Amino acid sequence: MRYVRYTVPVVILLLLIFLFYRGLALDPREVPSPLVGKAAPAFELPLLEPEGQSLTPKALGGRPVLVNFFASWCAGCQVEHPLLMELSKQGVEIIGMDYKDEPADVRRWLQRHGNPYRQVAIDRVGQAGLDWGVYGVPETYVLGPDGTILFKQIGPVTPQAWERDIRPLLVGAR
Amino acid sequence: MRTLILAALLFVFAGGAFALTPQEGALDPEQEARYRTLIHELRCLVCQNQTIADSNADLAADLRREVHTHIAAGATDDEVRRYVTDRYGEFVLYKPPMTARTAVLWIGPFLLVALGVLIALRMLRRPRAVATPAPTADTERLRRLLDEEER
Repeated sequence: MRYVRYTVPVVILLLLIFLFYRGLALDPREVPSPLVGKAAPAFELPLLEPEGQSLTPKALGGRPVLVNFFASWCAGCQVEHPLLMELSKQGVEIIGMDYKDEPADVRRWLQRHGNPYRQVAIDRVGQAGLDWGVYGVPETYVLGPDGTILFKQIGPVTPQAWERDIRPLLVGAR
Repeated sequence: MRTLILAALLFVFAGGAFALTPQEGALDPEQEARYRTLIHELRCLVCQNQTIADSNADLAADLRREVHTHIAAGATDDEVRRYVTDRYGEFVLYKPPMTARTAVLWIGPFLLVALGVLIALRMLRRPRAVATPAPTADTERLRRLLDEEER
């Protein structure tokens, strides 16, 4: 009986330590997207090149693609940009969604930093961003050949995220 | 066109005072009331611990605009909530619905209080040790010590 009295608080303390350890290690900024596992939301956005044409999810089907929401005004986008350049050289198909941006600005930005995108669509008011659940660029979605969202990377794509989360999906989906 | 310009202007000035009324007058009073309640229930994902009513972030302004448009188009509160949770998940709801996953969230505090009351009751009911009378012999010495201290 005496032992019970002392062990109960100790057990509660250990439990709390465990919960705090787990809970505080999580990043509250990473809100899991409810869209993972679902079809990519519909959109129709004007393309940067060629002008006058538009992009719809239909054009993305048939092969795995990365859909990268970026902007010329976005600092995190410059962080991930070299990696995206490298990936596009390796043959990874990346679609750029230019979020709340001006075509002239993004053109200049792509000239300066290089263009890793197969196509760039202009989401000027951010409506597609809303529908895709974007809350801060850069965000990158991995789409399977059937247009299903397989994964969402919040924040810049890091080499670790590429190796651990994204590449296996592309290889598996091919 | 006029609404577009108006929307763009309001977008630009979507600061504090404008935060709550993106397109003033477009809603009837009942819709307006629902709009206000809803934007106080939805979390801004950029600043996280603010509602979209409180936040000045761009995204919050966009979400307010969406809520506004949906209500103006005749959506019910639940439809608006679903619109947002479909895109951003249940995390955006400051009042998450009671489901198996959120049960701990809703019941947990009451369980903890009940547990506390139980423990308190048990401790109160426990027979106290028989009170021993204060040793009278030492009171005189104690007073002397205290007196010395005061001096």
